[in-house]
Amino acid sequence: MSEIEKKACPVIAKHIKVALVGQPNVGKSMLINSVSNAHLHVGNFSGVTVDKTEVLFDYKGYHFTVVDLPGTYAFTDYSIEERVTHKYLCDDGYDLIINVVDSTNLEKNLQLTSELMSMNKDIVIALNMSDEAQKEGIEIDEEYMSELLGIPCVKTSAVTKEGIEKLLDSVVSVGEQERQESKLIFSEPVEEEITKIVSYLQKHKHEASNSYRNIAINLLKNNKKTYTRLHDDPIWTELQPILIEATKHIELHHDSDDVKEAFAEEYASFNKGIITEVVKASAVQEKKTITQKIDNILIHPLFGIPIFLFFMWGLFQLTFEIGSIPMEWIEALFGWLGDTIGATIANEDVRSLIVDGVIAGVGAVVLFVPNIIILFIGIALLESTGYMSRVAFLLDGFFHKFGLHGQSFIPLVTGFGCSIPAYMSARILKNDRDRLLTLFIIGFMSCGARLPVYVLFAGAFFSAEMAGNVLFAIYIGGAFLGLIAAKILKLTAFKGADEPFVMEMPKYRLPSVKLIWHTVLTKTMMYLKKAGTFIAAASMLIWFLSNYPHNLELEEEFASKIELASLADEKKELSNELAVKHLEQSYLGTIGKFSEPLFEPLGFDWRMSVALQTGLAAKEVVVSTLGVLYSLGDEVDEESGTLVDAISKNISFASAVAFIVVIMIYLPCLAASIVFTREAGGIKYFFYLFAFTSILAYSLAFVAYNIALMFS
Amino acid sequence: MKTLKDCEKNQKVRVVKLHAPKELKQRLISFGIMKEAILEVIEYAPARSTIEVKVGKMNLALRAKEAELIEVKPI
Repeated sequence: MSEIEKKACPVIAKHIKVALVGQPNVGKSMLINSVSNAHLHVGNFSGVTVDKTEVLFDYKGYHFTVVDLPGTYAFTDYSIEERVTHKYLCDDGYDLIINVVDSTNLEKNLQLTSELMSMNKDIVIALNMSDEAQKEGIEIDEEYMSELLGIPCVKTSAVTKEGIEKLLDSVVSVGEQERQESKLIFSEPVEEEITKIVSYLQKHKHEASNSYRNIAINLLKNNKKTYTRLHDDPIWTELQPILIEATKHIELHHDSDDVKEAFAEEYASFNKGIITEVVKASAVQEKKTITQKIDNILIHPLFGIPIFLFFMWGLFQLTFEIGSIPMEWIEALFGWLGDTIGATIANEDVRSLIVDGVIAGVGAVVLFVPNIIILFIGIALLESTGYMSRVAFLLDGFFHKFGLHGQSFIPLVTGFGCSIPAYMSARILKNDRDRLLTLFIIGFMSCGARLPVYVLFAGAFFSAEMAGNVLFAIYIGGAFLGLIAAKILKLTAFKGADEPFVMEMPKYRLPSVKLIWHTVLTKTMMYLKKAGTFIAAASMLIWFLSNYPHNLELEEEFASKIELASLADEKKELSNELAVKHLEQSYLGTIGKFSEPLFEPLGFDWRMSVALQTGLAAKEVVVSTLGVLYSLGDEVDEESGTLVDAISKNISFASAVAFIVVIMIYLPCLAASIVFTREAGGIKYFFYLFAFTSILAYSLAFVAYNIALMFS
Repeated sequence: MKTLKDCEKNQKVRVVKLHAPKELKQRLISFGIMKEAILEVIEYAPARSTIEVKVGKMNLALRAKEAELIEVKPI
């Protein structure tokens, strides 16, 4: 591996641009990761890579650009990802294709390979997952296969890094050689028709960059590009009837009215031939595989769903129970940090900005890193083991009743982590209506950034034993609201026919520790980075808005009052009162007071109103805003050290419930809103989303507040 | 006409014809469900709304509604 380096592109090096193509879930991204030490997101379900990603590296004097394309089963333009891949492959912006295939399921994978072979491009086949194939007793004669297909085939394993260099060597040598004619052979009737067209083209000395055989195949396959190219040619008038006749023959031979179906069958029998020649599988295959054994339990018609719910419940229990252990330490650390740094700053205003603004705000967010890590680990496990597709299978019937597609489950669960990748992964839904519908309700799946708010409130109002359950209830409640919202939207805005549900159920894989570690690390670092930059800046802004303008009159009035007071307690109480008064007349107080009447029916004081508004930027800011606002008001009171105490003291239970409801439903953060707008395909959808979520959040919070009032 | 929907768990069948509309047909074909392919019913989801079938070495989930469009004969 020493020869592979990640470098900036040197100008003199020779360039090779490779398109990485394969069916979904064959390990394309993982392969590219092990080639270049890049870090692309990898999961065990179809559609992890939703957009093309470029990775650059150098190897043996060549500068490689590898374009990781979304997985595609065939060139059907079925989903957005397939369209991305197909379009990229049809445009000529690359030198050659690495076709990644799953060695354990060669027959299915070769179906795409045959389509690639009729594209007139250089191809190298990576027989990936060769380690798994070996374990399953599948032996592939790669040399014979290379010979039969006329394409170099290299056994690789992204996990053990076997064959990676050999693959790159093949790419280099293929790039240097002349292109070979594809060795794809069809059944006799089809070959006959191809010969007819080829000889017609020969007779008329048709000029083309592709071989005549290739043109003939593409014409018969109804390939649009070839069609348009020939359509304007004078020979078309004569060629067209020949073509129609030929198509008729082929369709008759295959007893089908669809020439694409006929060709798929042609490919399948060609591939079957290849497989019989090059693959030796040991006979012990009939034993039940581990996947089947696990599936007997996990997708059991009766127990499957309860097991899934149990897993989710367990995850939220862990999130709260284990996550709360290091919280005290983090809190103590930031308290100490505030004191230590505060002591070194002489200027009162600057000290307050740093200690009460930045450190309090960032500290309030960092506090929840342990919770976030556990949640991310849970989701990463769900993604990488293959369980995700099982749940989609179990829930499709149920989802379908709410107008959702079973595969909506994948973006929805991703939404529990972060809405942004969730919006992106909604691309696996082919139908635009289904996709839009899913996009609209992803926000109901509470993302990781909302977790701090929930943990804070659950901790403030419930005992430690109950808090995990409350958390679970909030998440499940949000999900259910999402389903109901989906049903409403499906019946009104997104009426239409149902999309078929056809989905691969991947084999279970043991999650690689490295992979999980990596995914969780990246996401946690992103969270921390946000805390250090965006949240810190927002905290400073909120600190400023809550400290200014200074009201000298007020300060003087209280200063003299404090001086007059004799008892220490009285002094404390007065300075406390000053802080509260000061906060109320600050800019933030003014905004809060201004919007207070709007939120009054929900039982929010102005501080909560402000927190909700700042939360539009990011949900973590809700916590840091509360942190800043309550720490300023209460800091004089030495007894109440933590924000949790401040909240339970200052906010009524009913208001807290209403607050949680709003947080659950209203608009996700600014970044997510931008991604939503992009994925939905227009700013108008953003306004729909804003109106929909705001109205729903407000009315449900109102109901929740009044119900909670009755009980408290 | 017997369709995939009417099969029992663990039953093996051969595909006779796809009665699906063009687009769905392409989709099924791209997963390997085509004439002469051998399918095995692995599991039914609750209320038989969704079916898991084995095609070659791949497991595939289909809705009952789609399974109804796949004509099969037992082997």
